[in-house]
Amino acid sequence: MREKQIDKLKDYKYGFTTDIENIRAPKGLNKEVIEFISKAKKEPKWMLDWRMKAFERLKNLKEPNWQKPKYPKIDYQDIYYYSAPKSASEKPKTIDELDPKLLETYKKLGIPLQEQQRLNGIAVDAVFDSVSVATTFKDKLNEVGVIFCSISEAIQKHPELVKKYIGSVIPLTDHYFATLNSAVFTDGSFVYIPPGVRCPMELSTYFRINASQTGQFERTLIIADKGSYVSYLEGCTAPMRDENQLHAANVELIALDDAEIKYSTVQNWYPGDEEGKGGIYNFVTKRGLCKGINSKISWTQVETGSAITWKYPSCILQGDNSVGEFYSIAITNNYQKADTGTKMIHLGKNTKSKIISKGISAGFSDMTYRGLVDISSKAKNSTNYTQCDSLLMGNKCGAHTVPYIKNKNPESNIAHEATTSKISEEQLHYCQQRGLNPEEAVGLIVNGFCKEVLQQLPMEFAVEAQKLVGISLEGSVG
Amino acid sequence: MLKIKNLKADIENKSILNNFNLEIKPGEVHAIMGPNGSGKSTLSNILSGKKGYDVSGEILFENKNIFELETEERAHKGIFLAFQYPLEIPGVNTNIFLKTSLNAIRKARGEKELDAIEFLKLVKLKARELKFDEDKLNRQLNVGFSGGEKKKNEILQMSILNPKLSILDETDSGLDIDALKIVADGVNSLRKNDNSFLIITHYQRLLDYIKPDYVHVLMNGKIIKSGGPELALELEKKGYENFN
Repeated sequence: MREKQIDKLKDYKYGFTTDIENIRAPKGLNKEVIEFISKAKKEPKWMLDWRMKAFERLKNLKEPNWQKPKYPKIDYQDIYYYSAPKSASEKPKTIDELDPKLLETYKKLGIPLQEQQRLNGIAVDAVFDSVSVATTFKDKLNEVGVIFCSISEAIQKHPELVKKYIGSVIPLTDHYFATLNSAVFTDGSFVYIPPGVRCPMELSTYFRINASQTGQFERTLIIADKGSYVSYLEGCTAPMRDENQLHAANVELIALDDAEIKYSTVQNWYPGDEEGKGGIYNFVTKRGLCKGINSKISWTQVETGSAITWKYPSCILQGDNSVGEFYSIAITNNYQKADTGTKMIHLGKNTKSKIISKGISAGFSDMTYRGLVDISSKAKNSTNYTQCDSLLMGNKCGAHTVPYIKNKNPESNIAHEATTSKISEEQLHYCQQRGLNPEEAVGLIVNGFCKEVLQQLPMEFAVEAQKLVGISLEGSVG
Repeated sequence: MLKIKNLKADIENKSILNNFNLEIKPGEVHAIMGPNGSGKSTLSNILSGKKGYDVSGEILFENKNIFELETEERAHKGIFLAFQYPLEIPGVNTNIFLKTSLNAIRKARGEKELDAIEFLKLVKLKARELKFDEDKLNRQLNVGFSGGEKKKNEILQMSILNPKLSILDETDSGLDIDALKIVADGVNSLRKNDNSFLIITHYQRLLDYIKPDYVHVLMNGKIIKSGGPELALELEKKGYENFN
């Protein structure tokens, strides 16, 4: 049975499991487990207190239920909140001392960590279940004052920065999943770019879920100080399993005066099988604060995996002249579901935002674009442009566009365009007549449809993302 | 090259082609003329492998039955169709489409794929020969192209792919006289002893510029008369109504 399933899904090439000895917290969500996590990470007391505050708050919160994709009730007492490879619990000093099984795992995922095989010009933080197992190019980045490490390490080594900014964009009271994350978050990345520094390489984090029945609660915090620039990319994969696993992340970005953060995601969590069994619940809160004047935050996402994707990477445009951008490709196939979009909150004067969303649904899947553009009364002379395109393949899937528009400022301007189209038989026939097989034809047409967004990705990843777009839709033709 | 025997094609129980026979030898140019609804486009669709028809009979290409072959497999073998209505593919650069197409075909034939530089050299040469505006090569495929530009783009693709059998489905319709000449020059420059053309048209006009070896008149799904180029002139004079 299992073999058959794996054979069917051979296209999800990241579906393997690493057999490795784990240390786990006992199952369930309670004070003791939170203490366990905090202790395992050798956290100072203020961090534990903060987690406990979130946990107290969580008791009064309910899961939101306004989203389109519904899911069976999650038993929060039946999840492991902490799982880490035993070998990583006493963190090795160098990457060469890392458990060979972990090195092998990342190598298989296309992310070699060893010095001589590393990707050129890309620093990687590798997060495996609940811990960061390695961060490359740390020293080189240190030379220019860039801090790139796991959030756990930052809590110990840079408490003043973490204390100042954690929860400043996503308050720990925000909503159920954000509060849950604040109580039990395990690992993620921390980035600080000092004033005036242009980060000399791409920073990236690779999230891997490995252990079964385990939730992953990523926490990432990126601060771009005055006049600095950073481009950051995250990738995600998980083994194929019959169960649904929860990935509930909080990502906070802060851009000070004249700073720019470019944040890209290539999300390829296990999507479940052809019948919709298994897959990751990707319930994520991502928010950026353009705190300073002339600051800019740009989100680019390629969402192809997960059973359910539910996220709205957002920008709060507080500084005057600040700019927020959201470029998104979301693909659902088989029984996948997505409810994704963005929020652009204009507070400062002359703020600009741009939303380009490309949704592709195939099979029996369902896709919703949901987006808020909110221009406050003080945000004089602000503009938003939204373009929302949906592409349908076959006649069993759905695409929905739900824009919320609030403009309290008569001097500001919002433009919204939306289209829905289908890949026509004629287009396919035309491409086939020119020698392309149906899958190549669909890949070509879909990549054309997504081009504006793919162009936003760092070059090193654009090619991979293009391939991924094609692979995600395999089997959806004919 | 191409031998069609007793081809019968129905769509939704309606007979379109019936007892259709045609043979094209290497190096020959055949023209098929017929009024609206005579089955011309169905013929080009079926030859290219488009699905949705009930077909019987035989289509032999280089002595092999191609009935079971997919559209792209026929393309790999060297069958090219210049579409009556070339499709737009938004976001896909014309150059990239041409390169993807050429390399897909080369790969299927076990030939070496062209790299970007080799391809650009080829495409520039062909574009110049056909007076095809090179700026268009960097635009989205057929998006915002005029009718004439789309048809010229088909001929450009044909000249790059260098097929054995080219089927031109009403390539002349919607063309002004200058574009018509360019299309005809393109076809004429590709004429060789070992490749063949099937030109499907309403009008005799195109045949002033491309001299066919044979002309066939298609009515109600079958060829009612075949002859030399003079047949086209006769047809033009009499009209389809009075022709038999």
